Amino acid sequence: MSIVLCRIDDRLIHGQVVIGWGRAMAIDLIILVDDQVATSDWEQELYRMAVAPEIEVRFVTLADAALHMADWQSNGKRGLMLTGDVETMATLRTSNPEVVQRINLGGIHHRPGRRERLPFLYLTDQELRSLQLLEAGGAIITAQDLPTTPPVALKSLA
Amino acid sequence: MSEELRGVVVCHGPLAAALVQSAEQISGLSGALIAVSNTGCDREALEDRVIAAVNGHPAVVFVDLPSGSCLVAVLKRLRSEQLVKVVTGVNLAMLVDFVFHRSLSPAEAAGRAAAAGEKSIKVP
Repeated sequence: MSIVLCRIDDRLIHGQVVIGWGRAMAIDLIILVDDQVATSDWEQELYRMAVAPEIEVRFVTLADAALHMADWQSNGKRGLMLTGDVETMATLRTSNPEVVQRINLGGIHHRPGRRERLPFLYLTDQELRSLQLLEAGGAIITAQDLPTTPPVALKSLA
Repeated sequence: MSEELRGVVVCHGPLAAALVQSAEQISGLSGALIAVSNTGCDREALEDRVIAAVNGHPAVVFVDLPSGSCLVAVLKRLRSEQLVKVVTGVNLAMLVDFVFHRSLSPAEAAGRAAAAGEKSIKVP
């Protein structure tokens, strides 16, 4: 199989990811792309505790992810690739558009400068523009916190 | 301890507020517990909410799940604090025990509360 979900979620590995999406999509590999967590053993241990033992979890830097995405695409596992922000996912898409074809906006919460687009999704105008550029380049981008809720198209978030 | 402990309850959604309200109704003591919800915040905002609730006081922080965003947010900035202890799997029994033992050290109060919480789980 391959990377079956590319998700942006600033809470990283948590219940919606593991239970909501993980079960529904029969995920058996979670790849967290986050430079800070990739260097923090104690945070990795905490995030791993949220995941069933049969699911493999990898913590990688952005640079490592760009190098290994093609391998994950063909390693026989159903993978979920997760970033905490738009910029990181945009870089992954640029590195390998074949792997990052669809992007799920799962949870991006309030910060100064961000505006509410959906209850679980706040974006700055710059973040929205970055996503619109990715979509103009062929990516399919929808906002959807859980598989049981309807996806919302990016163009309706402006 | 010269200063009574503060209890901070950090949970998903509205759970913390409901637990605090219920603990106050049962114990008759108010003001000992502060509820923090993760609703509407990213990791940094949740860390800020927790830090504001503890506000430099000796405290026990109760978290709903033994993993996930709430626990990460709590431990990120408090795990090296000597006067703050963290207990996961919060339930009503442990909060009620805690509010009556706030003059203990954080470690002692956390240990007591965890034991009370565990003891309350039964299959009658």
